[in-house]
Formats: sequence, structure tokens, C-alpha cells
Amino acid sequence: MSTSIALHAGSLERDESASTREPAWVKGVLISVALSFFAVFLLLPLGTVFAEALRKGWGAYLAALVNRDAWDAIKLTLITAAIAVPLNLVFGVAAAWSIAKFEFPGKRLLITFIDLPFSVSPVISGLIFVLLFGAQGWFGPWLQEHDIQIIFAVPGIVLATIFVTFPFVARELIPLMEAQGSEEEEAAVVLGASGWQVFWYTTLPNIKWGLLYGVILCNARAMGEFGAVSVVSGHIRGQTNTMPLYVEILYNEYNYAAAFAVASLLALLAIVTLALKTLVERQTRRPLQEITEPSGE
Amino acid sequence: MSIAIRHISKQFGAFQALDDVSIDIPSGELVALLGPSGCGKTTLLRIIAGLDFADRGQIVLDGDDASARHVRERRVGFVFQHYALFRHMTIADNVAFGLRVKPRRERPAEADIKRRVKRLLELVQLDWLADRYPSQLSGGQRQRIALARALAVEPKVLLLDEPFGALDAKVRKELRRWLRQLHDEIHVTSVFVTHDQEEALEVSDRVVVINRGKVEQIGTPESVYDHPATPFVANFLGSVNLFHGRVEDGHLHLGEHALVLGADGGSEGKAVAFVRPHEFDIVPGWGAGGGLPATIVRVVSVGPSAQIELSRLDGELIEVTIARDTFHSLGLSEGDQVSLRPRHIRVFQAEALAA
Repeated sequence: MSTSIALHAGSLERDESASTREPAWVKGVLISVALSFFAVFLLLPLGTVFAEALRKGWGAYLAALVNRDAWDAIKLTLITAAIAVPLNLVFGVAAAWSIAKFEFPGKRLLITFIDLPFSVSPVISGLIFVLLFGAQGWFGPWLQEHDIQIIFAVPGIVLATIFVTFPFVARELIPLMEAQGSEEEEAAVVLGASGWQVFWYTTLPNIKWGLLYGVILCNARAMGEFGAVSVVSGHIRGQTNTMPLYVEILYNEYNYAAAFAVASLLALLAIVTLALKTLVERQTRRPLQEITEPSGE
Repeated sequence: MSIAIRHISKQFGAFQALDDVSIDIPSGELVALLGPSGCGKTTLLRIIAGLDFADRGQIVLDGDDASARHVRERRVGFVFQHYALFRHMTIADNVAFGLRVKPRRERPAEADIKRRVKRLLELVQLDWLADRYPSQLSGGQRQRIALARALAVEPKVLLLDEPFGALDAKVRKELRRWLRQLHDEIHVTSVFVTHDQEEALEVSDRVVVINRGKVEQIGTPESVYDHPATPFVANFLGSVNLFHGRVEDGHLHLGEHALVLGADGGSEGKAVAFVRPHEFDIVPGWGAGGGLPATIVRVVSVGPSAQIELSRLDGELIEVTIARDTFHSLGLSEGDQVSLRPRHIRVFQAEALAA
């Protein structure tokens, strides 16, 4: 969030002083490069998804979405997100809270490792769980003895998704809570508020937009994750197929219209996410400005 | 409610923030904790509030040991340097907060809360801002709201951490006069932290001067200013001129010159002496009647007094303040040679300064 906010703030405060103003042709070239790149690499593919999805008409489009396998994939995706997002919400708030408000051994390590899922390839993320819980993995024999299936089953998909989406909420909140400090919380405690009241009446209102922003991004990734989930899923139709995996299967079966129809749902999700993100960003910027605004007369 | 601070020590890592501090604050007094930044005064205030805990020692509130009591149960009001208003709440909601978070049994009815908030806002003369948000207020207004919010829960003790530190000079002056009046009105035992000696001397009943985690002196503003107990206090309260010399048979020897000391001349030996700028008389010419010879370097005569910067023979600078009329009647100007006669010299043994 910090980068996108910086971009916004920058564009608001940009002043066209003579010393930094470029000649007209430079401006023209830069803008046309940016716009054509945007058109070719972003707009065109997005348009293609919907065009391909609707190539055989609305009837085929709807048929591709309303069959059993598609419905199972959608359901599994929703279930996965419904488990992963709340868990990462709780973890993110706890992690951000402890990092921003306490000093403890291992704090630097925690800050560094929160980013691990971002820096490691999703395939590796999936493999980690196969190595841990797979038949030949560390806990494999024990799990088999107790008849617990994690890899190639829903729990594995949920675990991989949690791992991959783990940093979103925490990353969002840590800088926000660090910037806000703990004076307001202290003021609340001195005034007699209990721990829960402090969180509910002072902390949460100050972080709610950042939190929502993190949740939206977390959700988008949870529903769209392919790599890590693909490794642990086993691709069992109707059982362990999430939407992105289902798209791949349909595509490999040369069922393009259906593949694009399901893909269009994911694309729609992306567009809705972007819209929400923009809305929330507008809200998050306000409190941030209040913090940085100089106090005094 | 009286506060007794007994042998409080606090360490942050290797840093000794407070070292065996003991202070007694009688009920109803307004006391200033004064010291340079990093001297431990804010830490002490936070320990009184219960926001920090001491390594050793006791905080006794009204005769009861409160050292282990949670901040929630200490019934203190705390005003933060940067106000710490709840930025998402209106001013009225900010002030009402302490009442609304009370357990249901003790919580006043909503109508009662509204009435009390209104009365508090009137007390700080800002009732017309009730529906605004903190970001819409000026710094001075925010600090008054912070005070109203702290007073809402009827604290037994009011603690203020550099309450005017973030304000500009003019507002600060106004607010500290106002705080003094408010204290005279409500008479709640108050402790405020400041590094500004002028503020401490003007507002408080008593001043506690703290340096490097230790209490240097406790006394009325007048007594700490006129009778500093240590070189640090002499140096920290107001501007002073510092002299290094020797005390021998009732005289302070500075190189080849000697100044007569009063009855409390201090013990013989190496000494440091302090003279405040306004405690000098100036006599034109060198050697006239045993003063300290000096040359006028610069004169700033704006307002009622003239600030004169002089250079001693060895090049050390001395600051002197005298009434402007007196200065003009002497007919002196920059470059003239004069003798300085201190009316009052405070002498400390040289070891005391090193300590």
C-alpha cells in the first residue's frame, strides 16, 4: 500500500516547475509508450478473456459456468478463501500489533520472515507442504496411520493458500500502526478502558481502512492463487479443483470457451478488487495525512 | 490526594534513568518536574501514572502503596505532550470517553454524561467546538481538550507531560497562565514535566529540579532561583556567568583579581562561582575600587534593560544586564573599559561541579 499511496500523493503534489519540465516531444513519447504498453499488455488480454468467453454466445458461456464441475471449483475457491482470509486477518493484526507495540526477541526475524511468502516462488510454497505432509513427507506416515489426508485434498489447498496470502494484512498494518504509535492507546488506558475497549475504540478505528485494504488484497490472492495450490491439489475434478486449476484443465482439454468463461469470473473478481481497492485507498489516505500533518497553531 | 515518591530507581538497559528519587507532593499542590531532556523527568511522571514501572521504590498515593496498582485503578489524569486525542471521535466524544468506558454499574446515564461533557468544555472555554474533530483544532485548543478529557473522570491527581512543549511561544504563555488559574479553581494535585525553567518558575508552587536521574533540589520557585543548592541548579535556572578561581580569606581570587565574598563565602580552596547577569554593577574605568576589569564588546539595549556582552582580560565573555536608563546615564559604549562589581556571588567547591 505504501508504494501506491506514495504514487498518489506524488501525483497530487506534483508541481510543474520550469526546471523539471520536459520538452513536448519527450512528454509525448513517454505518454504514448506508457499507454500503448498498457493497451497491449493489460487491456488487450483482459478484453480477450471476455471476448473468448463469449465467442460461442451467452448460452455456451452460461453452460460452462452452470455445470457441476465448474460449480464445485467455484465452491472450493470460496471455501478456501473463507478459511484463509479470516485466519490471516487474525494473524496479521496480531503480528502487526506485536511488532508495532512491543519489543521482544525475534522481532527483526519476524519482520523479515513475514515477507517470505512474497519472495519465494509459489511452486516452492506448495512443495514445502508436500514435503511436510505428503506420503513420503516428514509427517506422512503418522498422517497415514491416523487416516488424515492433507496433500491432494482440501486441507492442503487451504494450507498452501494461507501460506501464500500470509503477508498481506500484516504488511499493510505494520507501517500504519508504527506511524500511529501507542499514545492514543495509553490515553485510553489511563482513562480506564479495558484491553478490549482499547482495541475496539481506539486501535481498530485507526487501522480499519488499512485492514480492509489488506483483506481485499489477501482475498484476491487467495482466490486467484495457482502455483502453490496446483502442487498440493492433485487436480481431482469436483474435489480438489479451485477455479484457477479448473481453468487450466479446461484449457488443456481444448475447451477454450469454457476455460475463458471461468477465467472471466476471475477477471471480474480482479476488476471488483481494483475498484474496492481504489475506494479504500481514498479512505486510508485521509488518516495518514492527519498523522503526518504538523500539529500546532 | 498527596503523592509520595519513595526511592524510585529505573534502568533502561545500561542507562540509569532514575536513581533513588524521593519526592513528597502534598495534596492540592502544583509541582513542576524541571530538567534537561533525558534527565528522567518524563519517566518519573509515567511511573507515577502507572504507564511505566520502577525497578525499585514505591509510589504512595494518599497513604496507600500504589506501586503495583494498574494504571486503570490509580485514578490519575494524564495529559500527553502530543495531546493523544482520539482522532476519529468528535471533541465531545473524546471528553466523554473516560465516562463511557466505565463498567455498567458505575457508568453515569447518557444524559448525565452529556451534561458533564458540556460543563468540562465550558471549563476549558471550548464548548463551541463540541462537534468538531481533533484535526480541525489548533494545537492550543487540542491541549485544552486533552485536559478536559483527563478531568472528566475526576482524577485525584493530574499529570502533564510537557503540556505546552509542542506549542509556539505566544500560545504557550497564554496556556500556562490559564493552567495556573484552572489549578487555583479546581485544586487537584498536579505534577507537570517541563524543560523550560521559565515555565516551571511561573506556573508551579514548587519546583523539583532533576538532573541525570537524580533530584538536585526541591523548593519554591523563589528559593531554587535565589538559593540554588548545586552548581547544576544555578546553571540551569536562568542565565549565569561562570567563574573558576580560588577562595582565600573571604575573597574569590580570579587570576590576579580578587572579589570580596559575603558572609556565606564558602570554604577555602578551588571553587566555581556563579553570578547572574543582573547582579553586576558597572563602574567606568579599570581598577576603580577592586572590580573585575573588562571591555564592552557589544550592547543590545532594546526594551527596559540593556544586555551588555563584555570580555575579561583573558578573553572570557561575561553577560551583564542592567536597566537601560542606568546604562545610558553611565555614557558607555562598545570598546570602553569598565570594572564589574558583583552584588551577589554564589560559590561552590570545584568538586561539586564535577560530581
